[in-house]
Amino acid sequence: MQQYNHRQPLEPESVFLRESPSQTAGPYVHIGLALNVAGLPEREHEIVNVMARADADGPRMHIRGLVLDGNEVPVDDVLVEAWQADAHGRYVTDFSFDNAFNSLGRAAPGMGVDQAGWWSFTTIKPGRLSHPDGPEMAPHINLMIFARGINIHLHTRLYFDDEGEANAVCPFLNRVPTERRRTLIASRVEDSEDGEPVYEFVIRLQGRDETVFFDF
Amino acid sequence: MAANEHTAFVMRDRNWHPPAYAPGYKTSVARSPRQALMAIQTPSASEITGPDFQSLALGPYDNDLLNNYRESTDRDGLPVGERIQVYGRVIDQFGKPVPHTLVEMWQANAGGRYRHKKDSYAAPLDPNFGGVGRTVTDEGGWYRFRTIKPGPYPWPNDPNSWRPAHIHISVMGPSISTRLITQLYFEGDPLIPFCPIVNTIRDADAIETLTSRLDMARSRSFDCLVYRFDIVTRGALQTFFENF
Repeated sequence: MQQYNHRQPLEPESVFLRESPSQTAGPYVHIGLALNVAGLPEREHEIVNVMARADADGPRMHIRGLVLDGNEVPVDDVLVEAWQADAHGRYVTDFSFDNAFNSLGRAAPGMGVDQAGWWSFTTIKPGRLSHPDGPEMAPHINLMIFARGINIHLHTRLYFDDEGEANAVCPFLNRVPTERRRTLIASRVEDSEDGEPVYEFVIRLQGRDETVFFDF
Repeated sequence: MAANEHTAFVMRDRNWHPPAYAPGYKTSVARSPRQALMAIQTPSASEITGPDFQSLALGPYDNDLLNNYRESTDRDGLPVGERIQVYGRVIDQFGKPVPHTLVEMWQANAGGRYRHKKDSYAAPLDPNFGGVGRTVTDEGGWYRFRTIKPGPYPWPNDPNSWRPAHIHISVMGPSISTRLITQLYFEGDPLIPFCPIVNTIRDADAIETLTSRLDMARSRSFDCLVYRFDIVTRGALQTFFENF
């Protein structure tokens, strides 16, 4: 359970500024945030799509994903950021390249998948964590989508089709209209060569099956 | 911040940001959601936590674009163009500094060409310039980059669309709720009012906040001009305590 801390006195708020306006990440976001995809020399450490090393605590898995535009064309210049809990349902907020698992990852087409537009993450299945409105949320990964033509990044969530019981009681997922809920659920499609599950997740920016995007 | 302590944030004013669908910027037409965003009124740890980069080990030239491409490729020349420094502060909407946050940037070279395999503009690549930098803000929220001023370039939106000189800026802030990618423009650039991407922002005051200011007082004689660019992330509200 979470609650506001009502004991804290209100601070005077004399200054109130507007947030810096968003601008599209543009077609060359990969030279800035996914250097190897753009063919640039990698620096000593980069934030990439492998969020869990082999010795990370919890069951390892792989996500392969695709973002489609309104014409069902793969968005090949997309950058996807993931933010997820560890196997125990805790976010690892101290990002470090020494961590066996980091809650933050970045993926772009060309990282780990050869087909046009597909991107991938190697990570662990997140644990469940609390929600202020009731029962624990089902395992999920928060995704942020940046690309040319996207003026302000999009937030969505990825859930798992083999977590039916947890999904059914998830207070977050249950607020999404039933007919659109499936746009947030990744399908377990196969096992990788080393026997780890692979989930597939297609994000549609428009159209009949437009993915649910969130404002918070 | 203790592991069980979280902060909520001021609601994002989406009328101040560019709308998803902005037909003057043609690529947005097929890439903008048509359904309303779903509002999350009670944030959980999923929304209000984010990465802290205090432990991130960065290279000594990561924020120095005059030298970082040379360092990674063993070249020995300096990039062509107007040497500049860009500095500023990452603060929240209440004016509080945002320390230890990752600020990343990327840009075209002085001729307006990106070091990207898909950039086919006729301007030459600069053998000594990569165009990528990153840094972590200090205790006071300050950041700084040394680079060359990027050039304007044409792009295929309209038959004669040009981007003003700009630097792409990515900032994380304390939470994924504060995540932001924006662009820095330069004071006095005559191309700003003509740019369809700038004009996805409807409020002239909002465009002004993305225009960096020449800071002559800090400019260095026979070295570089200095531009100031402050970045405002969403304001931190009350603290949540999570009881397990």
